[in-house]
Amino acid sequence: MIVGGWRPAEVVDVVDASSHARVLRVRVTDWPGNDAGQHIDIRLTAEDGYQAERSYSVGSYGAGDIIELAVDEVPDGEVSPYLVRDVAVGDQLEVKGPLGGYFVWRAGGVVPVQLIAGGSGIVPLRAIARAMSDAGVAASGRLLYFVRTPEDAIYRDELTRDAEAGGVPVTWAYTRGAPDGWQGRVGRLDDSGIAAASWRPDDEPLVFVCGPTRFVEHVADTLVRLGHPASSIRTERFGGA
Amino acid sequence: MAVFSRGFGARRRDTDPHLPPGQYLTEDFPVLSAGPTPRIDTDEWSFSIRNEHGEVVSWDWAQLMDMSIEDVSTDIHCVTRWSKLGTSWRGVSIDTLMAQVETDAQFAMAHSYGGYTTNIPFEDLLDGKAWVAFEFDGEPLDPEHGGPARLLVPHLYFWKSAKWVNGLVLMDEDAPGFWEQNGYNMHGDPWTEERYW
Ligand SMILES: Cc1cc2nc3c(=O)[nH]c(=O)nc-3n(C[C@H](O)[C@H](O)[C@H](O)COP(=O)(O)OP(=O)(O)OC[C@H]3O[C@@H](n4cnc5c(N)ncnc54)[C@H](O)[C@@H]3O)c2cc1C
Repeated sequence: MIVGGWRPAEVVDVVDASSHARVLRVRVTDWPGNDAGQHIDIRLTAEDGYQAERSYSVGSYGAGDIIELAVDEVPDGEVSPYLVRDVAVGDQLEVKGPLGGYFVWRAGGVVPVQLIAGGSGIVPLRAIARAMSDAGVAASGRLLYFVRTPEDAIYRDELTRDAEAGGVPVTWAYTRGAPDGWQGRVGRLDDSGIAAASWRPDDEPLVFVCGPTRFVEHVADTLVRLGHPASSIRTERFGGA
Repeated sequence: MAVFSRGFGARRRDTDPHLPPGQYLTEDFPVLSAGPTPRIDTDEWSFSIRNEHGEVVSWDWAQLMDMSIEDVSTDIHCVTRWSKLGTSWRGVSIDTLMAQVETDAQFAMAHSYGGYTTNIPFEDLLDGKAWVAFEFDGEPLDPEHGGPARLLVPHLYFWKSAKWVNGLVLMDEDAPGFWEQNGYNMHGDPWTEERYW
């Protein structure tokens, strides 16, 4: 892990990811590179000096001074609506990091790997899926991604394209509405649904679960019930009740 | 020198003199931990303190409940930047437990069910600064917040307030616990923003 002080950063690219989420690319001065799964702190400063800081995962990994973020809007939030609605190419902010040395996967790390995301929890798992593909072990990864509807998914096209090109296979779980022609169920996945989309405890996977607090609680409890040892389940909770 | 973010600040939160730098107020009680939530029954729960000579004193749930219990009203601050003001807890002070333990140690490692550890300078646990807490807001502490009992060290970032706590190991020398090995500060004072290495 490298932290360092606040580094100036500039927004170089913004792409809508859904009606309420956006992928941002940010050039960070003297960025030392980051491991897949790490996060940063962002500091925003208003003209009058007022400041706010929040944590965001990095969807990219490795060297280079441009990092990728994906932010989902919390409607009554202070920072995320600004990042999703207002920030534009050329705008400035500050970044501290990379942060975290636990919710990470590095080339040569344990396989198989089970990735389970809810909503914006996909961001660090996207980086891990990328790192696994680059390390040639995508077939040892499985990604289970919970979204309300297909339109709510961040990285929807990239994940599908990568999976078709030999990247980490994706199982979609729709909690509110599925695409036309969807054969599977819609709604919260039960134990057998999660088991069917995941490596078995006998395969001894390392499991990464990320998303809103309640989602992570539910999935982690289910995994323990399915027989995964707690010590092989890593969680990152993004907040919310 | 800070850079300005064009157009930021429209939805600013209230500031409050009780908020350490870089923190914002929350009304919910967010959850943070590294893995699944352990679920421990009070009849299997125990808490022990081991001194630097290896001598151990242990308490079970009933013994803890028989000790002098304190009401604690305090602000809490998480390294992920939320703070909650005026929270209320009940617990047994570490001073009360230490009345049965002899030590000259300078440091403590808190241990938890589930394997979590966090290191704390021993003086930060004494003189009314820390408790083994088992009630929050008048209710038994929820498992996801560390129930049946957690350490409460409110003057440090909340990762030091180990959930599902089951013991302290007193040490002559400091050593990093779980998050400390993974990038968090060895001490964790919110007022001086001791967040990371
Ligand atoms: C390590 C880490 C990594 C994170 N990575 C990402 C990321 O990659 N992408 C991303 O979009 N977010 C991420 N988050 C969440 C992010 O830090 C903010 O909490 C989120 O953007 C809301 O901030 P806000 O200022 O808009 O809302 P706030 O003003 O902080 O909060 C407004 C209300 O929303 C609730 N709330 C806060 N966060 C959430 C949430 N995630 N879901 C639902 N309700 C919430 C609060 O409890 C509060 O009631 C991460 C959080 C952590 C701790």
